Amino acid sequence: MIIYGVGLLSICLIFGMLIGEVLGVLLGVQANVGGVGIAMLFLVFASNSDFFKSLTRDAAGEGIRFWSAMYIPIVVAMAAQQNVAAALDGGLLALVAGVAAVVVSFLLVPVLSKIGTGPSSTHSEP
Amino acid sequence: MEIIETVFVRNNLIVAFAVVGCVTWISYFLAKKLTNNRIHGSAIAIALGLVAAYYGGITTGGSKGVADIALLGGIGLMGGGMMRDFAIVATAFGVQFSELRKAGLAGVISIFAGVIVSFVVGAVVAILFGYTDAASITTIGAGAVTYIVGPVTGEAIGASNEVITLSVAAGLVKSILVMIGTPLVATYIGLNNPQSAMVFGGLMGTTSGVAAGLAATDPRLVPYGAMTATFYTGIGCLLGPSILFFIVSSIY
Repeated sequence: MIIYGVGLLSICLIFGMLIGEVLGVLLGVQANVGGVGIAMLFLVFASNSDFFKSLTRDAAGEGIRFWSAMYIPIVVAMAAQQNVAAALDGGLLALVAGVAAVVVSFLLVPVLSKIGTGPSSTHSEP
Repeated sequence: MEIIETVFVRNNLIVAFAVVGCVTWISYFLAKKLTNNRIHGSAIAIALGLVAAYYGGITTGGSKGVADIALLGGIGLMGGGMMRDFAIVATAFGVQFSELRKAGLAGVISIFAGVIVSFVVGAVVAILFGYTDAASITTIGAGAVTYIVGPVTGEAIGASNEVITLSVAAGLVKSILVMIGTPLVATYIGLNNPQSAMVFGGLMGTTSGVAAGLAATDPRLVPYGAMTATFYTGIGCLLGPSILFFIVSSIY
């Protein structure tokens, strides 16, 4: 049943969001801390475990795969409702701050990606 | 005309599916015919979405891009936070736990590094533009983290409304630039495996930017980048009005 997969996905999201909200309250932060990430971990556990097999295999799995495939169209819709006008209206300071933050962060990707790969690649080599 | 409007507004989510479906089809067609798939179809679709959002913003004066146009209101629901998060979680289906663990440490470090680096860059830019009070510098720095961290921090430490608006604009610039820039720089920064995708998500942090940027680069990397990115705003809201503000106010 397709709805089994969709139901599992929904339950993962709801529990992840609840934990994220609780984390936010515990940390005294006005934001959800990692709710989506925690929900993703739940789904990874469920899809890798035999216990949830009936909720992730065959037709049930299609229910999850459908939403995974809808991801790009949803992102296109998300792009279409960004406040682009406000971003361009923010003036030079906003533009410089935003652009500089992105450029520096891009440059750090290859630097930080090396963390952990050194030791683990020597482990895998005979 | 009125009949069309009634049907479109009443079925707004379905209209959104139809419109996004057409835009995506055209984008993939253009990607193939004009660029021989060198530019990903989804990158074109996202760029078209942003252009439409700009047009929607200037014609309606609203803050939700094309979704402020009554006939296209369903875009707001389809691309809103709820659907976005639902689809992002779904992309984690089939991810191997071992891949996540391998990049776990680098991912966690990248979240903190990303928040601090973006904050420092934003704060330095604020100082270069002549701001000298700690609250304004901190708020603009926080805006360079994400457009949510900016106002959350600004309100907590009592920054002026203009500065808070600036911080939101800085965050929006960042988010949009990540959407457009990621596919262009991906090969140069080694963004082609789960590990670097997790680091990328942690460093950039803007969920919408990372979500769209990775989708336009390689959809298989999406779950890894999204996983770390979703912790970023929370960590930013934690550090911004506290440690980072204390550090700035001890200097200024």
